[in-house]
Amino acid sequence: MASIQYREIDGRSAAFRTLVGALGILVLAGLAAAWYMEHQGHHVTGMSNRIVWGVPHVFAVFLIVAASGALNVASIASVFGRELYKPLARLSGLLAITLLAGGLSVLVLDLGRPDRLVVAMTHYNFKSVFAWNIFLYTGFFAVVALYLWTMFERRMNGFTQRAGLVAFVWRLVLTTGTGSIFGFLVAREPYDSALLAPLFIVMSFAFGLAIFLLVLMAAYRGRARALGDALLHRLGNLLGVFVAAVLYFVAVFQLTNFYIARQHEVVRFLLIDGGVYTGIFWIGQVLVGGIVPLALLFAPATRGSRGALAAAAACVVAGGLAQLYVLIIGGQAFPLAMFADKEVSSSFFDGVVASYAPSLPEVALGAGGMALALALTALALKVLPFLPQSLADGDAGSAAP
Amino acid sequence: MNPDRRQFLGWGAAAVAGAALAPGLRLIELAQARSPEEAASALKRWGLLIDITKCADCDDCVTACSDENGWKGHGRPETDPQWIRKVSLRDKRTGYAQALPMMCQHCEHPPCVDVCPTGASFRRDDGIVLVDKHACIGCRYCVMACPYGARSFIHEEITGQKADVPRGKGVVESCTLCVHRVDRGETPACVEACNRDGGKAMVFGDLNDPAAEIHRRIRSEPSSQVRADLALNTGVRYQGL
Repeated sequence: MASIQYREIDGRSAAFRTLVGALGILVLAGLAAAWYMEHQGHHVTGMSNRIVWGVPHVFAVFLIVAASGALNVASIASVFGRELYKPLARLSGLLAITLLAGGLSVLVLDLGRPDRLVVAMTHYNFKSVFAWNIFLYTGFFAVVALYLWTMFERRMNGFTQRAGLVAFVWRLVLTTGTGSIFGFLVAREPYDSALLAPLFIVMSFAFGLAIFLLVLMAAYRGRARALGDALLHRLGNLLGVFVAAVLYFVAVFQLTNFYIARQHEVVRFLLIDGGVYTGIFWIGQVLVGGIVPLALLFAPATRGSRGALAAAAACVVAGGLAQLYVLIIGGQAFPLAMFADKEVSSSFFDGVVASYAPSLPEVALGAGGMALALALTALALKVLPFLPQSLADGDAGSAAP
Repeated sequence: MNPDRRQFLGWGAAAVAGAALAPGLRLIELAQARSPEEAASALKRWGLLIDITKCADCDDCVTACSDENGWKGHGRPETDPQWIRKVSLRDKRTGYAQALPMMCQHCEHPPCVDVCPTGASFRRDDGIVLVDKHACIGCRYCVMACPYGARSFIHEEITGQKADVPRGKGVVESCTLCVHRVDRGETPACVEACNRDGGKAMVFGDLNDPAAEIHRRIRSEPSSQVRADLALNTGVRYQGL
C-alpha cells in the first residue's frame, strides 16, 4: 500500500496572502467591535433585556456546532474504517479545532465581563449546562489535538483508531451539550425539548461537512494538487443525507408543536405570522439551507458538478446561520407565557414580540470569529503537512492513517 | 388636682414611659435583626403575598424600589433595568382586566441558579435569590432561563450607586427582596411604599413562621403562584389572580 505524501501548502502566492490579509482585517474588525461593546456597554448593540443573545451567539453557536461536525470526516475514516476518507482526516481534525476556537472567541468576547473568564474557569456550578460545556469544549481541544498527534506521529499511528473513537464519542456529547443549552430552558416554549440535542447533532453533521467541503475545494483550487471527482461525489452525497436529516428533525420538532395545544402559538409565530422570523425560517432555513442544496446535489442537471457542490455547501452554511437566527433570536422574541389565557402588557415589553435589529458591532464580532477560524486554518495548512499532495481518485484511499 | 393638671401629668407620664420603652423596643428590633456575621437561616423563608384585588392604579412599589436600589432608566426602555414592574392582564375571553407587580419570584428551585455556570446566581438559605456581582461573567443564561422576565442586564456604565446595593456594567441583576433592609429587620421598600401610599396590597414576612401574617394568610386564604406548572415553589404568592 503506497503511503500518501502530506505537504504544507506553499503559501507564497498572492492569492494566499490576500486571503490571509483579508481574514486578518476581519479579525481586527471583530476585536475592535468587541472592545467597543465592552467599553460602551451592550446598549450599543441590538441586544436588550428581552433579546439577550443576538447575532454574536448565532455565529458562535454555528461555529461550535460546525466544529464538532467538521470532525466527522476523520471519524468516518478512523471509527468506521473507510479508507477513502483517511487522507482527509488531518484537515478534518484541524477544522474541528479552528472552528471551535473561532466560536468560543465570539462567545467569550460577547460576555458582559470577558475579563472574568478566569472566574468561569475556576468556579463551577455543576448543575449548569454551560459549566458542563466549558469542560466539553476544553476537553475537545485536548482530545482532537491528541487524535491529530496520533495521525502526524508515525510511531503513534497504531493509536489513531482508538483516539478517533474517543474524539467521536466526545463530539457527540459536546453537541448534545450545545443543544441542551436551549433544550433545558423549561420556561420558554420555543425551546424546552430534548429533541434539540439530536437536532443539533444532525445540524453539526451538515454544517461541519459543508465548511469542510468549501475549505477542501478552496485549498485544492488552482494549485498543483489533484482532487478526485469520486471523492467529492461521495462527500456531496453525504452532505445531501445530512441536509435531509436536518429537515426531518425540524419537521418532527414542529409537528410535535402542532399537536400540543399550548404550543400552538409558538408554532404559529415561527411558521405562519412571525414576520421576519417566519420569512427567515421558510426562505433562509428551509429553502436556502435545505431544498436548494438538495436540488443542487441530486438534480440530474447539476449532479456531479463541482460548482454545484460548492454552491450547495455555501447554501448549507447560509441556511445554518438562518436556522440558528430563528432558533436563538426568534425563540427569545416570542413572549414568555406567564399567564395562560391573558393578554399581557407592561413597560418591560411583556406579552409582545420583542424587537431586535442586528447592529454592526455584533455582525463584525460574529464575522470576526468566522474569519479567525479560517485564518487559523490557512496558517496551519502553511506550517504543517495537513493536506495530501494528491487527492486524485487513484491516490485517495491508499493513505497512511 | 384640677383636670388640666391631671391631664398634663397623664400625658407627661405617657411621654416618659414612651421615652423609656422606645430604646428597649428598638433593642428588640435590633436583636431580631441579623448581624452581618450571622449566616442566613434555612429556618426562615422570606416571601411576599400580593393581593391584586387591592393593587391600586399606581406604581408606588416601582418608584420605591428604584429609589431604594438606585436603578433608573436612561431613556432606552429596551435596555433599561427594571427590578419590579406593573404588568397589566386582560382575560382573552371575558376582557376582565387586572394589574399586578412582577419581580423576581424568589423560587425555591430557581432556574436562574440552575443554569448559572459560575454560581454567581445563588439562593440564600432564607430563600432570597441573589446575584454575586463579583462572580457574574455577564453570560445572560439566567435571563434566558427565568420564567418571569425578572432579570435585567446592565447595558451601560453606572454612576451614583447606593452604598447598600452594589451594581455594575456587564452583569445581571434583579430584585433582591431588599436584602439589605431585611437583614436590618426592615421590610422591602416596595411593601413599605404600598402600605403607606398604595393599595395596601403587599405583605412581607417569613412563610415558615406560624406567627407571621403571611403564613397565616396563605394557610387560611386562597393564593397562587405564577407558572405553578413549573413547580418552582415561588416565595412570591398572589391573591385574586
